[in-house]
Order: sequence, then structure tokens, then C-alpha cells
Amino acid sequence: MASGEALTSSAYIVHHLTNLTVGNGFWTVHLDSLIVSGLLGLFAFVGMARLAAKASVTKPGKLQTLVEMICSFVDQQAKDTYHGRSPLVTPLAITIFIWVFLMNLMDLIPVDFIPMFLALFGVHYFKVVPTTDPNLTFALSLSVFTIMMVMNVKVKGLGGFLHEVFTVPFGAKLAPVNLLFRIIEDIAKPISLSLRLFGNMYAGEMVFILIALLGFWQLPLALPWALFHILIITLQAFVFMMLTIVYLSMASESHG
Amino acid sequence: MNINATLFGEAIWFAVFIWITLKYVWPPLQKAMAERQKMIAEGLAAGERAKKELELAGKRSADSLRDAKAKAAEIIAAAERRGVQMIEEAKQAAKVEADKVVASAKAEIAQQVEQARAELRSRVADLAVAGAERILKREVDAKVHAGMLAELRKEL
Repeated sequence: MASGEALTSSAYIVHHLTNLTVGNGFWTVHLDSLIVSGLLGLFAFVGMARLAAKASVTKPGKLQTLVEMICSFVDQQAKDTYHGRSPLVTPLAITIFIWVFLMNLMDLIPVDFIPMFLALFGVHYFKVVPTTDPNLTFALSLSVFTIMMVMNVKVKGLGGFLHEVFTVPFGAKLAPVNLLFRIIEDIAKPISLSLRLFGNMYAGEMVFILIALLGFWQLPLALPWALFHILIITLQAFVFMMLTIVYLSMASESHG
Repeated sequence: MNINATLFGEAIWFAVFIWITLKYVWPPLQKAMAERQKMIAEGLAAGERAKKELELAGKRSADSLRDAKAKAAEIIAAAERRGVQMIEEAKQAAKVEADKVVASAKAEIAQQVEQARAELRSRVADLAVAGAERILKREVDAKVHAGMLAELRKEL
């Protein structure tokens, strides 16, 4: 508990699930999500860029080996699934995997550490895990969706894309049905992508908060859940990355 | 679940990170890995080549050793032959020299014998004349019988 609110369970939970906000209405901004995701991303990608700038061919250090391992693992996944020629796919997949993984990893920080520390400075609300913020997961999935659409048009041409939209899967005679199917299919992609990540992380965080409510008994329970959660953290980052690659490969391959 | 402007902020972060990865992380890493791969492949190929070359060199050295041995044997044989020949020649030369010496000695001996004979002849003729003079005393005139004596000397 960070503020002077009453120590009820629901107040505790609500407190932990409230973002640090600035502004109101639609123009509200979740500072905590933006700051944590931004710092993690800058830490990871600027660090990797600096490491890559002086990457050694003959004597890779331990950190370089780790980064190379992760990147070539992602690259292998991308190569196995995506057969187009866009040079964007592997970097995009690397970005998603590492960024989502790091943001999910914040879930393993005990739920009260950062809020209590920040309360000392008068900050009363702080959600540490950016992936429990649907704004972030939708930002990711809608960006992927945009890239997907651009790739559709780029690879097939506008005519080819529209032809595919109206004729697949039932042929030209059932064009309206095809269009409806396509719209549903394409809307389902970003929504399922973002809600899957959001739901998993939100639920995981919720379980941590509930465990934290147990008083003494949280000690034997938090550890197994955290260990189990390591799996979910990695798995969700991997799933998001993998589905992105799959969607992009679908966008760059003709269905007809 | 309240969707708000945070979405745009996060989208901008996402774009920035994609850009960093696309521009500064993946290409240099990929290049380094490709270069390393190439280097390893080249190193292995070079090792293979060196192995082959070593094998070849071994073969070559064995060959040249065999050649050298054969040549040495040939040289030794030639030298032996030459030695024998030289000895033969020396023998021949010595024999010729010896024959020459013997021949000249024989010739000299023959000459001396001839000379001694001629001397002896004249002495015998004188002796015969002196003996005849003593036997015959005045009966034989040296001047009258000079022709006969000369004939005698020739017969000896």
C-alpha cells in the first residue's frame, strides 16, 4: 500500500491496477506505461545498437554472443515462416520479442516494490508492467496491422490485393461474402494479438496482487507463481513475435 | 480497459525501436555473423587444403628420396666402373712401358753382343795371324797373305 487509503482488499487491488495518468478524456496519457516501456526499450535497443556497432567478428564477447543467439533464433523463426523478401520482418520480430519479453519481465518485480518506493516521492499510482496496459498491446498490434496492410498492397499491388479481398475464398460470384469474411479475419488479427498478450499479463499480475494480499502465506505462493510466470512471460513474447511473422507472411503470399 | 492517447505514444516508441533495430542492430550483427561464418568456412577449407598439400609434399619427398638413392647408386656404380677401368688402363700402360724397357734393353744387349763379337773377331784374326806367324815364322809373309787373312776374318 502506497497511499493512506483504507486497507481493504479491493482498494489494494484497484490501487495496484490504476495507471499514473496525465490529462483527461481521450487525451489521457499513462505516464507509467510510457516511461517504463520507453526506458526498457531504450536500454535494450540502444544497448544492442552500441554492442552491434563494435561487434567483433573473431572474438565475440559473452553479451554479444547472447544478443547474436537471440537475434539469430528470431531470424531462423522468421526465415522458416516468412518467405518474402522484406528486410523489415526480422528486425520487427526481434524488436517485438525483446521488447515484449522485457516488459513482461517487469511482472516478476514484487508488486509493492516500485509503488512503495515511488510513494516516497509523492507518486501514488504506478503500474510497472506496461503489457498490462491495453494501450500498449493495441499500439503494437495496430502497428503490426498497418505494416501488414502496407505489405499486402506492396507485394500484390492494389489491384491484386483487392482481387484477393473480393474473390478469396469463395470466388468472384460471392464477392460480398468474401469481403465480409476478409474484414472479420483482418479485424480479428490485431484484436486477438493484443488481447492475448494483455489478458495473459493482466491475469498474471492480478494473481501476484492476490497472492500479495495473503499476508504471511504469500511467501510460499509467490515463488511458484513467479517460476511458472517466467514461462508465460517468454511464451507470450514468443507468441506475439511468431504471430506477427505469420501475419506478415500471409500478407506477402497470395491466397488465390 | 480505457483506450486513450497512450496508444499513440506507445506506437511512437514501437516505431523508434523498430527503426533502431532495423538500422543499427540487425545489419551489423548479421554482417558480423556472416563474416564469422565465412571465416570459419574458409579456415576449414584451408585446413583441408593444407592437409592435402602435406600429403602431397610427403609423397613428393618420398619420391625425391627414392630418386636420390637411385642416382647415388648409379654414381657409385659409375665410379666403381671408372676405377676398374683406370686400374686396367694403368696396368696396360705399365705393361707397355715395361715392354718398351725390356725391348730397349734387349736391343742394347744385342748391340753390345754385336760389338763384342766384332772386336772378338778382329782379335781372333790378329791372334790367328800372330799364331800363324809364330808357327810359320818367315814362311808366311803378312803382306802376301793379307788377302787370304781378310777372307778368313769375314768367315768368322
